[in-house]
This record gives sequence, C-alpha cells and structure tokens, in this order.
Amino acid sequence: MELKDKLISSFLAFEEAFDVDSDIHEVRSNAIKEFESLGFPSKKEEDWKYTSLNTVLKHDYSVFPKKEDALEYRDIKKYLIHDIDTYKLVFIDGIYSSHLSETTHDKIDVCLMSSALSKSKYKPIIDAYFNKIVPKNGLNSLNTAFSKEGAFIHIHKNKLADKPIQIVNFSTGNESALMVQPRNLIVVDENSQAQIIERHQSLTDHPVFTNSVTEIFAGKRAIVDYYKIQNDRASASLIDNTFVEQQEESVCSMHTFSFGGKLTRNNLNFYQRGERCDSTMKGITIIEDKQHVDHNTLVHHIFPNCESHQDYKGIFDENSTGVFNGKVLVEKEAQKINAFQSNNNILLDDKATINSKPQLEIFADDVKCSHGCTIGQLDEESLFYLRARGIPLKEARALLMYAFANNVLESVRIPELKKRITSQIALKLGVSLGFDL
Amino acid sequence: MAYTEDDLKKELETKEYEYGFYTDIESDTFPVGLNEDIVRAISKKKEEPEWMTEWRLEAYRAWEKMIEPEWANVHYTKPDFQNISYYSAPNKKPKYESLDEVDPELRATFEKLGISLDEQKALAGVAVDIVMDSVSVATTFKKTLAEKGIIFCSISEAIKEHPELVKKYIGSVVPKKDNFYAALNSAVFSDGSFCYIPKGVRCPMELSTYFRINQAGTGQFERTLVIADEGSYVSYLEGCTAPSRDENQLHAAVVELIALDDAEIKYSTVQNWFPGNKEGKGGVYNFVTKRGICEKNAKISWTQVETGSAVTWKYPSCILKGDNSIGEFYSIAVTNNFQQADTGTKMIHLGKNTKSTIISKGISAGKSQNSYRGLVQINSRAENARNFSQCDSLLMGNKCGAHTFPYIEVKNKSAQVEHEATTSKIGEDQIFYCNQRGIDTEKAIALIVNGFSKDVLNKLPMEFAVEAQKLLEISLEGSVG
Repeated sequence: MELKDKLISSFLAFEEAFDVDSDIHEVRSNAIKEFESLGFPSKKEEDWKYTSLNTVLKHDYSVFPKKEDALEYRDIKKYLIHDIDTYKLVFIDGIYSSHLSETTHDKIDVCLMSSALSKSKYKPIIDAYFNKIVPKNGLNSLNTAFSKEGAFIHIHKNKLADKPIQIVNFSTGNESALMVQPRNLIVVDENSQAQIIERHQSLTDHPVFTNSVTEIFAGKRAIVDYYKIQNDRASASLIDNTFVEQQEESVCSMHTFSFGGKLTRNNLNFYQRGERCDSTMKGITIIEDKQHVDHNTLVHHIFPNCESHQDYKGIFDENSTGVFNGKVLVEKEAQKINAFQSNNNILLDDKATINSKPQLEIFADDVKCSHGCTIGQLDEESLFYLRARGIPLKEARALLMYAFANNVLESVRIPELKKRITSQIALKLGVSLGFDL
Repeated sequence: MAYTEDDLKKELETKEYEYGFYTDIESDTFPVGLNEDIVRAISKKKEEPEWMTEWRLEAYRAWEKMIEPEWANVHYTKPDFQNISYYSAPNKKPKYESLDEVDPELRATFEKLGISLDEQKALAGVAVDIVMDSVSVATTFKKTLAEKGIIFCSISEAIKEHPELVKKYIGSVVPKKDNFYAALNSAVFSDGSFCYIPKGVRCPMELSTYFRINQAGTGQFERTLVIADEGSYVSYLEGCTAPSRDENQLHAAVVELIALDDAEIKYSTVQNWFPGNKEGKGGVYNFVTKRGICEKNAKISWTQVETGSAVTWKYPSCILKGDNSIGEFYSIAVTNNFQQADTGTKMIHLGKNTKSTIISKGISAGKSQNSYRGLVQINSRAENARNFSQCDSLLMGNKCGAHTFPYIEVKNKSAQVEHEATTSKIGEDQIFYCNQRGIDTEKAIALIVNGFSKDVLNKLPMEFAVEAQKLLEISLEGSVG
C-alpha cells in the first residue's frame, strides 16, 4: 500500500484514540481531507524541482510506534548540550519521555503539545495560535492531521526563559521503518525572550521519516533565538516546516546546521507582521556521500522599516546535493526594507551538485534588496600561503573551510553550542582545528 | 519648478506610443484558424520542397499535443490559436530594381520610423532585409555581401536556394518540439531571415532586419537562422516597432544561431512593439525562443533592449558546447504602465573552460511587472567553467514590481559562479549629489538612468545605438533628458 493511502486509512484509528468532541478534531479532519487531495509534493512543483521524495516515500513506515521507553540518560547524553543547565523536552519515537526531560510551569510554560491540546488552561493560547500561520500544502496538512505530540513553549509577557530549551527527538529503531510527525508551538509574548535548540536523532540504521511542523510567534519586542542541529544518520530523512510570525520590533534568528541525514528539507518561513522587525536566517551545510540538503526559505515583508538577513554556507563533497531556494517577498506597503540574501557554496567533488535559486520579488520602490550567490572552490593562493607556513594540506583546507563558515557561527549566542558546532565541523573536516574546542 | 521623480512618473504614464500608426496596404491574408491544411497551404504558398512541408507538419502534430506553458510570472488572456490568421503578405510583391519602385506608402512607413533605406545605405552602410508582414520586401547590399560569399536572404529564399544548409541546421538548436511556441512557429513560420557567413570571413557590415507587424489580427511567426562558419564573424541587428492595434497580437519567433569553431556572432535586438495603451489594453504578446550554440572557441553575444510589448516571454540562450567557448547576455528591459516582462537567459556550460557573462538591467515604472529569470547550468564535464551574473532592478513608484528568479545548477567542482542582484530606486542622495553640483533634478534622473543602463547600451553596435537611444527616449530616458 502506498504511504499516502496508508496514512489516510490510519487516520481513523488515530482519531478514535482522542476526544472527538474537541475543537482540534475538526482541524485534524479538515487537514486529512486536504492531504488526501494534495498528496505528497512531486518534482513537478516548482518548489520541489530539485528535491525528490521518491526514495523517502518508498519505505513501509509504521505510523503508530510501540511504546518503548528504555533509553537511559547515558545513551543519549552525547546528543544533548549537557554541559549547561537547560530545559529539556525529549521524545522517543514521537512519545514524550518524562524521565529524560525537564519541564517547567514557573512563569514560563515548557511542556507538551498533548497536554496543551487537552487542558482547558491552555485553550486560549491554542485557539489563538495553533495552526494559524501554516499554509495549506500536503506535508503541512498531513502533520496537522496527525498533530498530537511535540513541544509547547509559552514565554509569558515580560519574562525571560532563564536557560536554553532543548527539544530532542530520538528514534530508537524498534520499528523497521518509522514515520514521526512532531508538532511544536512556541509563543514568545511581548518583551520576552527565549533560546531554543532543536535536534532530531536516529539511534539505529532503520529508516526514519520525520515530517515536523513548528510554529513560532514572537510578540512585540520579543527576542527568539532558534538553533536546529541536523546531524543524523544516513538512513534518516527530515522535512522540517517552520513558520515564524513576528510582531513589531521583534528580533528572531534561526540557525540551521545540516551535517548529515539522507534527505533534509528545511522549509523556513518568516512573516513580518509589524514595523521594525528583524529576521535572521543562517545556515551551515557540510555534507558528503549521497546526502541531500535543501533549504527553502521565505521572508515575507509586509510592514515598512524591517530588515532581513539570510546567509547560507554550503560545503559539498562526494555525491552530495545541495539546494538553496530563497525568496524575499516585499509587499508594496513595505517601504524602507533592508533585505539581504547570500548563498555561498564550495564544491569539493565533481559528483557533487549545487542548485541555487535566490529569488527576489519586490513591489515596493524605496527598498534596498540584494542577493548574492557564489559557487567556487578553495583559493589556491590561500592554500599555498598556509602550506608555505608549514600547515599540511588537509589542515590548510579545513582552516579555509572553517573560515568560510565562520560568520554564521559568529552569531550563535550560546557559547557551549558554538563550541559543540565548532568541534562537529572539525570532525566533519577530519581534522583537529586546535582552537576554540 | 524642480523636476521630481513624480513628474517623471506622470510623464511616463501619459507618454503615448509615438510609433503607433497603421499602414493601409492590401494584404493577402489566409482564413483564420489552424489545421494541417493551413500548414500545407502556407508551405505551398511559399513554394517549399516536400521535406520542408513534412517538417512543418511534424511540428504541428507535436504542437497539438502540447500545453501552453504557465510558469512565467506574467498574466494575460491566452490567445485563441484558432482565431489567428497564420499568413499575411504584402500584396504587391514585385522584384524591385531600385528603391524608388517600392510602394511609396510602405516607404513612408519606414520614413516615419526613421529608417529611411537611402539614409541607411548611404550613411550607415547597413544592409537591410526588411520584413513587413512576414515577407521580404527589399534587400539591399546583397551584391557586396555576395562577393564575400555571404548569404543574407529571407528564409523562404534560402529553403529554395540553399536547401542543404537549411536542412542541416534548422531545428538543430531549437528543436521543433522544444516548447509550445517554438513548435507553433516551426509549423507556421511565414518568413524570416537567413544568414550564412563562410569560413574565415569577417562580415564587412552590420546585418540588419527590421520586423514589423502590420496587418491587424495576424500573428507574426518569424524564423531566423544565422550560421557563422569556422573562424567567421558577424554582427546581426534586429529591430522592431509595430503599429498601434487594439487586439492583442501574438508574436512567436524563433531565432537560431550557430557559431562553428572560432566563429563569433553578435546578435543585437531593439524591441519596441506596441506595449498596449495606458489602461493596459492591447499590445503585442511576445513569446520568443532564441538560442545559440557555440562550438570550440566560438562566441555568441546577445544584446537586447526591450521596451515594448504588453507581455514578453523571452530567454536568449547560449549552449556552450565547445571548449573555450564564450556566451554573453546584455539586456535592458523597460516596462511601463501595464507591461509585463519575464525575460532573461540560459547559459548551458558543456565544454571545458567555457565562460559566460550576464548583465541584466530592469527598469519598472507605472503598474508594470518586470522579472529576470535566468539559468546558469554547469555540467559535470565542464571543467573550469566561469560565470558572472549581475541583475539590477530600478523601481519607479510603488505600483510596479521587480522580480529576480535566477536558477544556478552546478555539477562541477572547478566551476566558479557568481550571481548578484540588487533592487533599488533612484537614491535621494544621488540626486542630491547631482543637485549640489549644479545639475537639476531632471538632468540628474536622466544621468542616473543613463548610467544604470550604460553597461548594456555600450554593447550595442554604433549603428544601432542611435535607434536604441531613440527607443529608450520613448520609454524613459527621453522624458527626462
């Protein structure tokens, strides 16, 4: 049976496990109908021109994993940022693991989507924000239909999340093939602030297909820093759909570090709904083998005097494929916009491919919008310079690549995370950089 | 009172199409509609050999199965292909001995356009193969060219007289099933130009053709084939104006360039078809397929100044097949009122050490939409390929839009590809700087627009620059300078 049919027929069983009288029931039922008519995207769609899901969809994924909660902290410690105190939301095969997690309700809510959806206390927030900015397409609707678990984070007005929040999704490989659909909702109210780190990790080589949807709402003057670590096994595929809505003077940044996984697709969308917003989207991609990373970004400038910055760096080795499809859309009311988009790539192998499509759609005249895209290789003269000073070729190359990616790293505001990423880059490049580790 | 950008905008909006007039010449027009019989009839009318008729029919059959493309960033009412007459030729078609014998009315048309044949002959030294409603009316300088072995004639003549060349090359760069409009053109093309430059010959003059759409309700389906044999050089100019008509006119041309080893082709276009009136009514639909292929060490350079047409859909492309070949694309696209342009280029790098340069300048005013859409593709065997692309857009007023859709596909690690794009308006600081130096605002805007597009204007051949300036005047520059 095709995955699409399987999902549609599983939906009934899925719904029965819930309170069918709740408001969410209707949202889910509508969503599954949408998915039924839209289906999975194909390469014929312009946005999926360079990314085919065929190899991902061919597996017979199980949709309802058996409950298995046997992971111990020591098994997963290395996947966490463990050297600082953080709130943690750990999910194993899509199911919340309470003994590995650390939640709070003290001034801020860091808890579960399942409880937020069921408890009346959270109803106003769910009513106001749940599924409000997610455009209808096959993958989003599919996630909405099966939305049940994920992170629910609500930072109340004038509050500061006192420590970073980690959202970690593990898949254990108890199933031969597993599909998980986390659904996260993050609401950061006026004048509040939060730092969030998200990670998806497979623990075995069984195929995993994650179709995740995250909605982020930043209130007036809110500050949200969001980091995604994508360093999964070659059997894991991830489609990450993230939607960020910003109010006046809010500052949001999204850093995506893609170091592994069979197929990774990031659909990242920023909607600016107030003046003087600032959006930052940065990413480092270092992949090899037959891996495929696709960054699809959108910044929708609706109000005047806003800024957006995009900076994506990619290093591609062996048979890997990189895709960058960035779009800046400036509405005609959005005057005095400053939008910058940059995509730089290095190809290390003739079998590697990069497809880049940086787009600008501009309807306002008083704007400064620019984009740049480069594809090239390491500068021979720089390499020679380093080697003339006794640095071996491999290290010299690594050093240059590190420098290439550095201005994305620079803006990471959690020092421990920065350190972690740096050492991961060093590992990727097969050298010890000997600094900042 | 100081001249401001608002004034400029107002002027642009009210500027009527100056070249909108209609020549009343009896035309020999086919009934509307398209079917195999019409295709056969066109072929017969043109006294074409059997293979050509078959070729057209094949294209027609392919076209029937095709769907009109919708991916371009333009919106328009689709033409009804069964409501178009596919052939129209000026009725009086004697072979003129001298220019004096040309229909005076027709000549007056050209005079009004400022392309007096005599003037061209005497001053510019340009050979003009004038295509008026699809059939060559006058060809000049043919003798001089013939001495060098250069063939420059209408494509129907070439089919009759040089079938071996046409047969070999037609459809070799733009296959007849390439796309919807190319297939349509292949089936029904009425005429066009053919040019062959023999080995090692440097064409002594700029070859030029003026296209005009004249008869109301006739689509224009031009077919141009330029072949530059090994080591030759040719500069080819194509310029267009069309009279003001209310219905939308369809233009689906195909241009094929073949640059063999060490050859160079420079192809320049000034396009100023009727863009529709201020309310966006009427105007020409311009759906053109232009493509060139470069063999070893060859070079193809496209330069275009696009100021007209209601809807433009045009991507002059280069296939850089041979090693060390070079492709260039320089473009200025100006849109005003309700014009829509989706234009750009494709650079396909196949050979080693291939280079391409793309410079695209878009100026949008009024309620127009101006898009750049380009593809740079470096294939895995194209070692040391190099591309530089620059797309700049200038917006005037907040009712227009400027869009950039670059596609960059690289499969070779030694490739160096750079793309940059900017969008901005004329900066107040720029105007202030000029004002400070005693240049009034009007002149300053002219200066800035001029400077903005000079990169491309400079690439036009001398003889053409005059025409280009004139057309820019109508669209933008003239109204401020």
